[in-house]
Amino acid sequence: MSGLVVDGVDVHYGRVHALRSLSFEVGEGEIVSLLGNNGAGKTTTMNLLSGLVKATRGTITWNGTDLGSLPAHDLVTHGVVHVPEGRRIFSTMTVHENLMLGGYRVADASLVEKRVQQAYDLMPRLHERRKQQGGTLSGGEQQMLAIGRALVAGPRLLLLDEPSMGLAPLIVKQVMEIIAEVNQQGTTVLLVEQNAKAALRIAHRAYVVETGHVTLSGPAAELADDPRVVEAYLGA
Amino acid sequence: MSQIILNGLFVGSFYALIALGYSMVYGIIKLLNFAHGDVYMIGAFVGFVTLTSFGGLTAAATVPTLILLILVAMIFTGLLGVGIERVAYRPLRTSPRLAVLITAVGMSFTLEYAVRQIFGPSPKAYPVRLSGGSLDLFGARVSTAQLALMGVAALLMVVLAFYVNKTREGRAMRAIALDPQASTLMGINVNGVIARVFFIGSALAGAAGVMAGAYYGSIDFLMGFVIGLKAFTAAVIGGIGNLYGAMLGGLTLGLLESFGSAWLGGEWRDVFSFACLILFLSFKPTGLLGARVVERM
Ligand SMILES: Nc1ncnc2c1ncn2[C@@H]1O[C@H](COP(=O)(O)OP(=O)(O)O)[C@@H](O)[C@H]1O
Ligand SMILES: [Mg+2]
Repeated sequence: MSGLVVDGVDVHYGRVHALRSLSFEVGEGEIVSLLGNNGAGKTTTMNLLSGLVKATRGTITWNGTDLGSLPAHDLVTHGVVHVPEGRRIFSTMTVHENLMLGGYRVADASLVEKRVQQAYDLMPRLHERRKQQGGTLSGGEQQMLAIGRALVAGPRLLLLDEPSMGLAPLIVKQVMEIIAEVNQQGTTVLLVEQNAKAALRIAHRAYVVETGHVTLSGPAAELADDPRVVEAYLGA
Repeated sequence: MSQIILNGLFVGSFYALIALGYSMVYGIIKLLNFAHGDVYMIGAFVGFVTLTSFGGLTAAATVPTLILLILVAMIFTGLLGVGIERVAYRPLRTSPRLAVLITAVGMSFTLEYAVRQIFGPSPKAYPVRLSGGSLDLFGARVSTAQLALMGVAALLMVVLAFYVNKTREGRAMRAIALDPQASTLMGINVNGVIARVFFIGSALAGAAGVMAGAYYGSIDFLMGFVIGLKAFTAAVIGGIGNLYGAMLGGLTLGLLESFGSAWLGGEWRDVFSFACLILFLSFKPTGLLGARVVERM
């Protein structure tokens, strides 16, 4: 099976049972969104996919590769790149250096240069601020930097954890447009959001996660009209 | 006057070398590595053993011999540093800060008393001295070997600054100091880079050990204790975790000491420099170059 297949995974933090037999799939070329409230297990799922936490049960495969057995720092070499919750940019390093770090595992220096340039083309604001320290950017710019940094790694599967968090609606819209654009250029996207409205606008399919397992799933357009989703996540 | 400054800069340059290791390790894993001074001591002993096993030449040091000795000591202490991190610190990476600190103190005693066990408690005369030809520099007398050693120290610092600021691996080092988890997501092998930091920091301390042995003329198993404290002081003066801060702090401390002994007498040297430190820190607790960063969330 091509794409990402998460099958029956459990994750425990000590006595906290964060993921309970969680299963979902992301086909190549899709944008799939995981929706859920605070504490549902979205970040845990992302950390699991990028190797930062390990499952006690279940399997994760990406285009046939078992991701669960790889050390976290090798995942980028398999095209799995994680943009973490809270951006986590390197705040005292320049915008340019942050982008260069995205290419740490790319052996071909000219390819890194090319991708950094592509990130600047996609997000010209980053180019304007390339010599500024990352920590001096606005929230939206920091999110763009975090995405740009991930793009330099050359993702085939891009994991985005709440990119809209703390951003004004207009900026959320810009960030979502960038994500859609990245997807159109061929990158598979797993988008975790509490902001269901923004996510469902660009996602093809979505899963609703509650206390560590999937309670609803379907095409984004259908979920956006589902009364249970409307009531719980779209605040109508 | 210029003699005082020159002596201060010379002693300061090896304080700086030791402070760099202190500061780099603190920067990357927030550990005050109390065993760092003892790595310097072991560097001095490696130089001692190497020289004596080659027939103990006691004549005035030739510069190439010294540089060779420094290289041998650097490789040995570098590997020692990697071993210390692997055995003593890495298993405690996620433990409370205090546990690691106590382990560092334990490691310090381990190194000190292991050397005492092997070489005995009494000081050893260093088989090589910084004499040889001397020359006049702005009215100060320096030996050429002394100048050469300062040159080596400066060179090491320039190379280090280039490595940390301009290379891919240096960038990874700075990234880990800021956010190890985000660095992992970039594909950086955090443990590998930390090991490299220990290698570099310990190698610099080893180099300083040989230089100190040749300068002071005698070494003993406790020589790292006070100098460890001083290097720590230098790192704090400069702003701990900051590379240039450590260099600047080391030179500053060397100068303070030099002026302290010239004005108040040798026995007041440490009182003077530590009093300056306390005074300084009460006005600028982040050190000369510490925390000049604006952050916005
Ligand atoms: N490091 C951790 N240690 C213990 N519990 C954790 C940890 N991280 C998350 N949890 C718990 O796991 C559950 C899922 O958290 P998380 O994945 O962060 O949710 P979300 O990202 O959907 O808000 C929550 O109950 C949270 O308290
Ligand atoms: Mg979360």
